[in-house]
Amino acid sequence: MPVTQLSQQRKFAQRRYVLSGIVVVVAAIYLLKIFFMQVVSDKYKILSDSNVRRVVTIYPARGLILDRKGRKLVANEEAYDLMVIPRQVQNLDTAELCRLLDIDRKTFEARMKKAKDFSRYKASPFVEQIDKETYGFLQEKMYKFQGFYVQNRTLRKYPFPVAAHTLGYVGEVNPGEIAADPYYKMGDYIGKSGLEKFYETQLRGVKGEKIVLVDVFNREKGSFENGKYDKPQKPGLDLETSIDLDLQLLGEKLMQNKRGSIVALEPATGEILAIVSSPAYDPNLLVGRVRGANFNKLSRDPLKPLFNRAIQATYSPGSTFKLINALVGLQTSAITRDSRFSCQGKGSVPIACSHSHYSPLELIGAIEQSCNPYFWGVFRTTLQKTSEGDIHKGYNIWRNHVMSLGFGQAFESDIPNQAKGNIPSSNYYDRYFGPKGWNSLTIRSLSIGQGEILVTPLQLANQAAVIANRGYYFPPHVVRKINGVPTKWPRKQSSIDPRHFETIIEGMYEVFQGASGTARWYRLENIEACGKTGTVQNPHGKDHSLFIAFAPAQKPTIAIAVVVENAGFGATWAVPIASLMMEQYLTGEVKRTELLEKMSNANLL
Amino acid sequence: MNRRDRFSTSFAQADRLLLWIYFILTLVGWLNIYSAVYDESHHSIFDMQVNYGRQLVWILTSYLLVAMVMISDSRFYSTFAYIIYFLVLILLVAVIFIGKEVSGSKSWIQYGAFQIQPAEFAKLSTSLGLAAWLGNIKRRFEDFSTQLVAYLMIFIPAVLILAQKETGSALVFASFILVLYREGMSGLILIIGLVSAVLFVLALLVNKYVLISLIALLLSVGWFYLKRHRKKISIWLVLAAFVVSSVFVFSVDYVFDRVLQPHQKTRINVLLGKEVDLKGAGYNVHQSMIAIGSGGFWGKGYMKGTQTKYNYVPEQSTDFIFCTIGEEWGFVGSLAIIGLYVVLIYRLMQLAERQRTPFSRIYGYCVAVIFFFHMAINIGMTIGLLPVIGIPLPFLSYGGSSMWAFTLLLFIFIKLDAHRHEYV
Ligand SMILES: [Zn+2]
Repeated sequence: MPVTQLSQQRKFAQRRYVLSGIVVVVAAIYLLKIFFMQVVSDKYKILSDSNVRRVVTIYPARGLILDRKGRKLVANEEAYDLMVIPRQVQNLDTAELCRLLDIDRKTFEARMKKAKDFSRYKASPFVEQIDKETYGFLQEKMYKFQGFYVQNRTLRKYPFPVAAHTLGYVGEVNPGEIAADPYYKMGDYIGKSGLEKFYETQLRGVKGEKIVLVDVFNREKGSFENGKYDKPQKPGLDLETSIDLDLQLLGEKLMQNKRGSIVALEPATGEILAIVSSPAYDPNLLVGRVRGANFNKLSRDPLKPLFNRAIQATYSPGSTFKLINALVGLQTSAITRDSRFSCQGKGSVPIACSHSHYSPLELIGAIEQSCNPYFWGVFRTTLQKTSEGDIHKGYNIWRNHVMSLGFGQAFESDIPNQAKGNIPSSNYYDRYFGPKGWNSLTIRSLSIGQGEILVTPLQLANQAAVIANRGYYFPPHVVRKINGVPTKWPRKQSSIDPRHFETIIEGMYEVFQGASGTARWYRLENIEACGKTGTVQNPHGKDHSLFIAFAPAQKPTIAIAVVVENAGFGATWAVPIASLMMEQYLTGEVKRTELLEKMSNANLL
Repeated sequence: MNRRDRFSTSFAQADRLLLWIYFILTLVGWLNIYSAVYDESHHSIFDMQVNYGRQLVWILTSYLLVAMVMISDSRFYSTFAYIIYFLVLILLVAVIFIGKEVSGSKSWIQYGAFQIQPAEFAKLSTSLGLAAWLGNIKRRFEDFSTQLVAYLMIFIPAVLILAQKETGSALVFASFILVLYREGMSGLILIIGLVSAVLFVLALLVNKYVLISLIALLLSVGWFYLKRHRKKISIWLVLAAFVVSSVFVFSVDYVFDRVLQPHQKTRINVLLGKEVDLKGAGYNVHQSMIAIGSGGFWGKGYMKGTQTKYNYVPEQSTDFIFCTIGEEWGFVGSLAIIGLYVVLIYRLMQLAERQRTPFSRIYGYCVAVIFFFHMAINIGMTIGLLPVIGIPLPFLSYGGSSMWAFTLLLFIFIKLDAHRHEYV
């Protein structure tokens, strides 16, 4: 080899340092970049987490609501919500998704925007309550819709369309409810009224959480860390109500095409056996996607089907309140069962009697005949005796006795949104007439259950129960067992001695069993019942027909109040309806089918 | 010497460091493929239905190839270099006609259940051919004919491979420029190559007139600077440089629009941040960077990578195998793997320099730069520094052809090195 070539070779050999320098520089740049990505920056770790972990909420099945014999009043149905995590949405075939969901592009974009406004990283419902078929189609194609997944839910289902008002309904939480209780997340359901609202915490159970790993094809690949971070769900508790489905069904049938309500109680416990408000609606209308539209429709209905008359409508109690006045009179020793007050029939002053009868009557006869002047006498005498010169004192004593029987207040029970009714305070009359401007005469209409007094059908039923119990009651309630554990309610003792109840019960007995009793046409076969009719003048139309009753007379197992609005004389409508209800409950069937048909077919709207 | 002796002396003389690196890389590669495609439904590691089962077969057969190379006569390679070069060239032509199309590129030759990719072996044959051509002591590198033939030997297989749409493999042929540089090619070509690459990228990113003004400014500043230091520099050379670079800048668009394939344009645009393509190339890189970036310093642990395990990273056992390493072994693992490659390449260059024959030296450099390009392009792509170019990571990526080709490439050099004293 020539020398020049050798020296040149040596010179070129130095180039290995250039070459290895290039290698080292490239490797160093790469390692710097990798160091930045892996150690310095958080960006990729965050992206990685949202890539693969999906927190799926496990919604427990909401507790069932059963009748007193274990029959389902409220059941559950599988439903599916399509959820979206906006940031994970990519390569979306919008047209196909819209086609599958049967929505248009505009709806799609609006919902996507709503989801993005809520959170780009968190799941929110995109389409709620997908039906089973759509769910089936969707499930097959989920791999195409990255960022979407299906969330299992349960929807309410009502096998029998009854007691809608009392059962209540479930709806999506609103921002206020989310703010009030952090348990709720957007898209969750919450009880909005009735039992669903009152027993929300028991019925809802506890939501669970499952962290699943999801691959790029939107397929779930099992649990994360063997479920170490999962939160188990707890199913909702079942409610056993005291409602007797057969009785409830009958009540709804009897009240169809009428305005009014029926409340039936078991006197010994305060359990509600049936609670009907008419016009009613099918609770299935307020389930799922159709709820909003149906709710609007129902709320615009002039018949006000959403209005729960049984607990929210207030009426003057009319003649049924005469029993209360009698009890207070007896308790204050203002009268005895033998007290007599004369009646001049229609010419009586200051209150006329609605019909003519033998006069003067003693208490039992007066109850049977519902004599207005008699109870004006009772009221006047009571206030005279207790006032000792100060009408305020006497009136307050009278009012406290009345309220101890459950009037003028909402019962502390599981029925939300009860109206209080009204037993006016003496302050009210002071404001109205001036402190010295009123006496028993001024407020005489209270003696016959008219005037300022307002009661709800629930309070009327409770009145029947207190009398049936001879002096005490349990707050009327609907749920008697939660997952098999009995609910407890405080016993309320009235301020009236039991013996006084015996006296007025004799009068109520005559209403059914007496030869001239107003309810004698609707006696029960082999069962003695007690009752009291009421007819309440109504400035807006025909009188309201009221009736309270209980049976059997000696050991009552059902107490009932029936109000039929604008139906005229109490005995014509409220009495037969109450009678049929008691027959159903006490005998398990209705033998008077003709009467049943007549009553249920009548249209008083 | 009989075969057994040849085998044992070869191993006795073989470079221990290279043997270890080879063994470690194939093992790490297999473990990572296992992790990347592991699925509870497949249990046996020999399951030929899954990649790690097949890769195990590739690795074991590669070890057989190692044995065969060790048994062979070390003079075989220099003697038959041209023949091997032309045989592979024929295969490269043949594959255009009889090749089987696999995911868009017609580069596979199938014979029964057996299929190979001649492009992978073209790197080996070109290395041998080039080493034989330049290694002939009668030849002088300065001669124009020597250089021309050398360029053609690189260019022809590269074009044939490009015709099979194996852009990545074709690009690797550019690595031979570094070998030519070592053998005496003007360093100016390297600098011009680097400047063109920078200009190409800038031309795509910056307004062309702004760019040309910048070039003019730079050149005149440079010219005045050199003049002040009394260096002789012709004004015509500066002007020529200006004209050439201007033409280059304006031709970039033409090349970009007419010569490159649409998907290649997209890949470059994505890399330059001009285009967001989360469907195709952009998606791969995005996911790949998430996988690596989420690895942290220590990694998520073997088999615990969520990104790679749940198929977020496409082609994760072939071109994107580095993601599994980055995600599961973290920065420590990345450092170790890149370190291993650097040591491998450096050792190859070091050993190449100690060869007694130019053939062995040139071949050794060829092997070194091929590994370097593969490592640089592959990892550069997974960390978002280079456009997406499908190219395997030596010994780590899944694939039989590449495994065999890299094994042969490396062990022919180890063999030559082991017998370096036998040459004059
Ligand atoms: Zn009278």
